[in-house]
Amino acid sequence: MGLPPYATLGQRIWYYSFRVICGLIFFFLVAPIVVVMPLSFNAQDFFTFTPEMLRLDPEGYSLKHYRDFFTNPQWQLALKNSLIIAPLATIISVSLGTLAAIGLSQSHVPFKGTIMAILISPMIVPLIISATGMFFFYAQLGNWLEGTLGLDKGFVGYVKVVLAHAVLGIPFVIITVTATLVGFDHSLTRAAANMGAGPVTTFFRVQMPLILPGVISGGLFAFITSFDEVVVVLFVGSASQKTLPWQMFIGLREQISPTILAVATILVVISIALLTTVELLRRRSERLRGLSPG
Amino acid sequence: MAEMMLAADGTPLKRSLARALRRQKLRALGLIAPLLIFVLITFIVPIASMLFRSVENQIVENTLPMTVEALADWDPNAGKTPSEAVYEALYFDMFLAAEAKRHTRLGTRLNYEQTGVSSLFRQSGRALDDIGKETQKPLEKLNNAWKDGETWHGIFNTTDNTDTALLDLQRKRVAALTGSPASDEVNFAPDATLSNLLPRTTRAYTAWAVYTATQQGRDPATRDPWEAVATALALDLRTADLSAYSGPGADLLAEAQTADLPVPAMATAFADMDEDWAGATVWKTIQTHSSTYTSGYFLNAVDAQKTPDGVAWQPDDKQILLKLFGRTIWMSLLITFSCIALGYPIAWLLANLPMRQANLLLILVLLPFWTSLLVRTSAWKVMLQQQGVINDVLVWIGLVGDGDRLIMINNQFGTIVAMTHILLPFMILPMYSVMQTIPPSYLRAAKSLGATNWTAFWRVYFPQSVPGIGAGSILVFILSIGYYITPEIVGGTKGVFISNRIAYHISSSLNWGLAAALGTILLAAVLVLYWAYDKIVGIDNVKLG
Repeated sequence: MGLPPYATLGQRIWYYSFRVICGLIFFFLVAPIVVVMPLSFNAQDFFTFTPEMLRLDPEGYSLKHYRDFFTNPQWQLALKNSLIIAPLATIISVSLGTLAAIGLSQSHVPFKGTIMAILISPMIVPLIISATGMFFFYAQLGNWLEGTLGLDKGFVGYVKVVLAHAVLGIPFVIITVTATLVGFDHSLTRAAANMGAGPVTTFFRVQMPLILPGVISGGLFAFITSFDEVVVVLFVGSASQKTLPWQMFIGLREQISPTILAVATILVVISIALLTTVELLRRRSERLRGLSPG
Repeated sequence: MAEMMLAADGTPLKRSLARALRRQKLRALGLIAPLLIFVLITFIVPIASMLFRSVENQIVENTLPMTVEALADWDPNAGKTPSEAVYEALYFDMFLAAEAKRHTRLGTRLNYEQTGVSSLFRQSGRALDDIGKETQKPLEKLNNAWKDGETWHGIFNTTDNTDTALLDLQRKRVAALTGSPASDEVNFAPDATLSNLLPRTTRAYTAWAVYTATQQGRDPATRDPWEAVATALALDLRTADLSAYSGPGADLLAEAQTADLPVPAMATAFADMDEDWAGATVWKTIQTHSSTYTSGYFLNAVDAQKTPDGVAWQPDDKQILLKLFGRTIWMSLLITFSCIALGYPIAWLLANLPMRQANLLLILVLLPFWTSLLVRTSAWKVMLQQQGVINDVLVWIGLVGDGDRLIMINNQFGTIVAMTHILLPFMILPMYSVMQTIPPSYLRAAKSLGATNWTAFWRVYFPQSVPGIGAGSILVFILSIGYYITPEIVGGTKGVFISNRIAYHISSSLNWGLAAALGTILLAAVLVLYWAYDKIVGIDNVKLG
């Protein structure tokens, strides 16, 4: 949509001012995230650019906030918890979610609408409401696990948070995997069965490789959901299950420390990596299904 | 039909097909079942428990069961305080509750309805022992045997003539009060004869024995009962006819009856404790809120309250929630409109650029979408602070003096800016996918038919892009009315939403019933909006990435 040579002055002005407006909106979208990165190298404990930083003086920059992140026991506990909880929750949501998505994509499923609504509901219900409901219920569940089954308190704490996060990730797995299955050719499984493969072999050798991109991107969504989630873990977990977002949240609300900016930068780098992965998977999946890569 | 069609194995084809279909259905359900059960237990049940909590009100009858029962006949409008029997029931209920340290909880619960009840209950719980001591001391002075727990146990315990109903009732009462099971072995069985002759004493002693055995794990046979049991005995002995009784401790009881023990007048004793007990207000509150299920929390959630005379508005200074609901909706609308205003040009640009450029620019939209919510929120905190980046830039340019930096955080402005940024991708993505389907030739056709740029856009392009705006708006609006983290951090006190109030009631004020009621109202609003979204867009059309 280039500018035609016969455009009037008014059209030219509008064309360029529209571009400027769009540029400003893109700036609004990206600026806050970009600003965080250089600030995380601040040598001072400030949340703004110091004169040394603006002069590009090496004195003004340092890695001390990163050092703090990697040595402070609070942050390390939070990192460790996040790395325990998110993968476990992802494994649960992906394994159960993929099976259910395969079931849902078959041609005769009774009560499909209702089942779908129930499975998608964790994504629809606002987090604060899920957190409130879970707060009441998981406290009782925890008491029961500790009291009747005699499980260790710390272990029960992790079980509660992992279960809560797994259920929050499930809608994303269901949506991405069912979307992949829409283009799945069911004659392939019939062909496999015809050639003597059992259902399990068919699933792992024929169906799984084809829907794998959907499963992985669903898993990434589930992982991000858990890794980024703070409301539910605040309500369901106790201090020993403190995750990275939780630590950032109290950091922002109470003692504001620039280490948050270092963590934020690390998380932005991670999310860029994830974004790239999902995008590559989407293209691969569309290529496999014979759609032109968009 | 002459002949039935048969399948290869000889069964009728129809039946064979039906069987195959049924097997297929079962297999599909079998695949779905594990997840469905998982979601039902870990998500749907918790939500249902929240809905239940918003109407549940068992705490009053669990804590003061006999009082609630005795108070049922009291006429609150007669202008009189309840009868002596009600005060007596209150004494025994409160005594057990105070021993279990549950009376303060009820005080807190009733304090939501009437300010001052909390401190009244706390105070009364402490003063109860004094009433009991008035009779316990003379009784023990009369005969040293009453000091000994074994004496009491010897009198009231039986081996063959148990009042099972009484024992079960007290087990239930203790379990309901403490919230932990009271079914362990008690090593005490109330004697049915005495429970007829000395009903209050047997009941009080049984309650004490059940509590001591099941909650504290002690043997009631060797321990001294509470003062309340002595009080009950004094009350019973005033009227009991013990002439025919010859069981264990008959002589001790006869001696106590002739000694004419001092009996506290309960109404007076409570009035001495706190004059509020002599007024009708606190009784009216207890009576009004004694039902098992209540609409009280929902009324509180909309700034009303349940009073003895029906539903009324809260006092003016407590009316904040409707205002907060209004603010939540108003700010969410502002955020939605800001997102439309900022998202529409971007979606249009993306839809009309060549694919390669559009994909590059789309990354700029997806990057914030994929970035952690807390990263974006902390970024806005950094940007908007008084010593933050934006203010620094403004001061550096010279637009704003160093002395009067703009206040952009901890107010509504901060919340709206940060949330517009956070939710903007949710607006752009549905708009973009709708605009992609609008053929550019329509605009060219309109122009070639003589439309100006504006007319062509407004009459041809815009109407076709409305579904995208609708989908994005509902999505953004739904997400924003339930937001908690961002308003909490950048909203201060003026820029918070109803969800922050829910979190406050969960973790600070501990008014869980009200939190559940607020959550239920919010949930209903969101579900209605989603129903509309499903009608307009279809949930199946939700796309990610």
